Amino acid sequence: MGEDIGAYGGAYAVTRGFLDEFGPERIMDTPISESVIVGAGVGSALAGLRPIVELMTINFSLVAIDQIVNHAAKLRYMSDGQFSVPLVIRTVTGGGGQLAATHSQSFENWYASVPGLKVAVPATPYDALGLFRAAMKDDNPILFAEHSLLYGMRGEVPDEWYEIPFGQADIKRKGNDVTIVAYSRMTHVALQAAAMLEEKGRQAEVIDLRTLRPWDKETVLESVRKTNRVVVVEETWKTGGFSGEIASTIQEEAFDDLDGPVARVGGLDVPAPYNGTLEAAAIPNSERIIKALSDNYGI
Amino acid sequence: MSKPSKDQMLYMYRKMVEIRQFEEAAGTLYQSGQLPGFLHLYIGEEATAVGVCAHLHNDDYITSTHRGHGHLIAKGGRRDRMMAELFARTTGYCKGKGGSMHIADKETGILGANGVVGAGIPLAAGAGLSAKLRGTQQVAVSFFGDGATNQGVFHETLNLAAVWELPVVFVCENNRFGMGTPQREHQRVVDIAAVRAPAYDMPGITVDGNDVLKVYAAADEAVTRAREGGGPTLLNCDTYRFRGHHIGDPGTSYRDREEVQEQERQRDPIRRLTQVLIEEVGYNAR
Repeated sequence: MGEDIGAYGGAYAVTRGFLDEFGPERIMDTPISESVIVGAGVGSALAGLRPIVELMTINFSLVAIDQIVNHAAKLRYMSDGQFSVPLVIRTVTGGGGQLAATHSQSFENWYASVPGLKVAVPATPYDALGLFRAAMKDDNPILFAEHSLLYGMRGEVPDEWYEIPFGQADIKRKGNDVTIVAYSRMTHVALQAAAMLEEKGRQAEVIDLRTLRPWDKETVLESVRKTNRVVVVEETWKTGGFSGEIASTIQEEAFDDLDGPVARVGGLDVPAPYNGTLEAAAIPNSERIIKALSDNYGI
Repeated sequence: MSKPSKDQMLYMYRKMVEIRQFEEAAGTLYQSGQLPGFLHLYIGEEATAVGVCAHLHNDDYITSTHRGHGHLIAKGGRRDRMMAELFARTTGYCKGKGGSMHIADKETGILGANGVVGAGIPLAAGAGLSAKLRGTQQVAVSFFGDGATNQGVFHETLNLAAVWELPVVFVCENNRFGMGTPQREHQRVVDIAAVRAPAYDMPGITVDGNDVLKVYAAADEAVTRAREGGGPTLLNCDTYRFRGHHIGDPGTSYRDREEVQEQERQRDPIRRLTQVLIEEVGYNAR
């Protein structure tokens, strides 16, 4: 259930054709009421169903945050496991489309702090499909954050069935000289930076986290132990960003493997501007990744 | 107006007394320092929970509030496991992980007491949605107070339940105060069902929430409507909280002591049913 997922086909055309294929009993348009969209999703999950609800963008998830954080995430624990909440909350995240401050945010990091939730942030069609299948099977509430600018991306997906477990990062590019940790759209920015580094004779290892809760600490640490240099890139504001969590973990557990402080590149601490030049300046790009590596590691 | 049988009346009497005794015992234990956290007592409001739950089966759902012990007992919750939960023991319903405000019992359809005002309302709608999609005759009942009717999610949920014709009964326990704020100061509405039910084009009923027979009759209509696919009802039960908002609140800094005493004297739901049982049903007073 969600807003305009039926006849309209979804604000981002994700559910186009679903109404015809699955019918109105499974594809239900709701009023503009995020709290009850999530709350009724939670309630129907408590009562035996496996709902998938859509919040048109993660910006509007704030209207429903009580139901997400206080109820979906906690009912299993507070009831001592009598109830589980097998709920998938699909939502659209990210900026860069000149939609301005209230339509351009990425709150996956906030939700990734909440015990009881799982958070997925796929960057490719292959990853999105694999993770979504895992999400549907999971008995826990999952925030599935799809980046708005990645909907147009095309990629190969096998005909055979596959799933991707949560908590398993993907090394999108192997390298020995520096580790770049990223997720969602920033994975592609990281790959651009890796291409630029290659021209300077440096091989970057790009790790796409794919999920933030749980996140694959081991893959990141193993890479850092190999390269000794790491930068974490994310789109949301640097202050309080998940990159802080990752950087902190790296320095706690691989301190002696670091040639310098963990570098972090995040969104600038400003509300997203409408103007395209200003907006682009606020979002991480490959130049800022290169500069961060140069500042921290002299490369 | 539907009337309960003698046996049903006795059952409801017993249930109200169970609630009263549980709450009084919990209150005493809390005041002697043996219970942690908060305790929100349901004393004086027993008729609403009991009159409504008299129509519910084990597999019907309820969502409750921070003042939830009455709903839980009325729905079939076990007092020993509830009390153990208040003591944070592993023998409690939630093994001590939830406490007073989060007691849940899957076996009796109790989707939980709830620590966030209004937050149980959409959960009940979801449970009702589940029943409807699965094609069962189950009903979901949401209990909440006058204060909760100002929460956005109350409005979102009633609207959705009406549009989707969900098998839900929304039971407002108007005890005239949202914590320490009198109703006249938190909403202009006086009769919540008369005004807010038509706002969503759903049936509304208002009854004296301290008269278990009136609650029983009104709930019969609402639960039957839901069960038969007729959609939701907003049932407003005018009641009164004899104690404070929670232990620690004497309940008299924002209420007149005389008003409280008057309510206790004139509107005790247990005494009222006792009267009926003696005078009309022929039981002997002890």
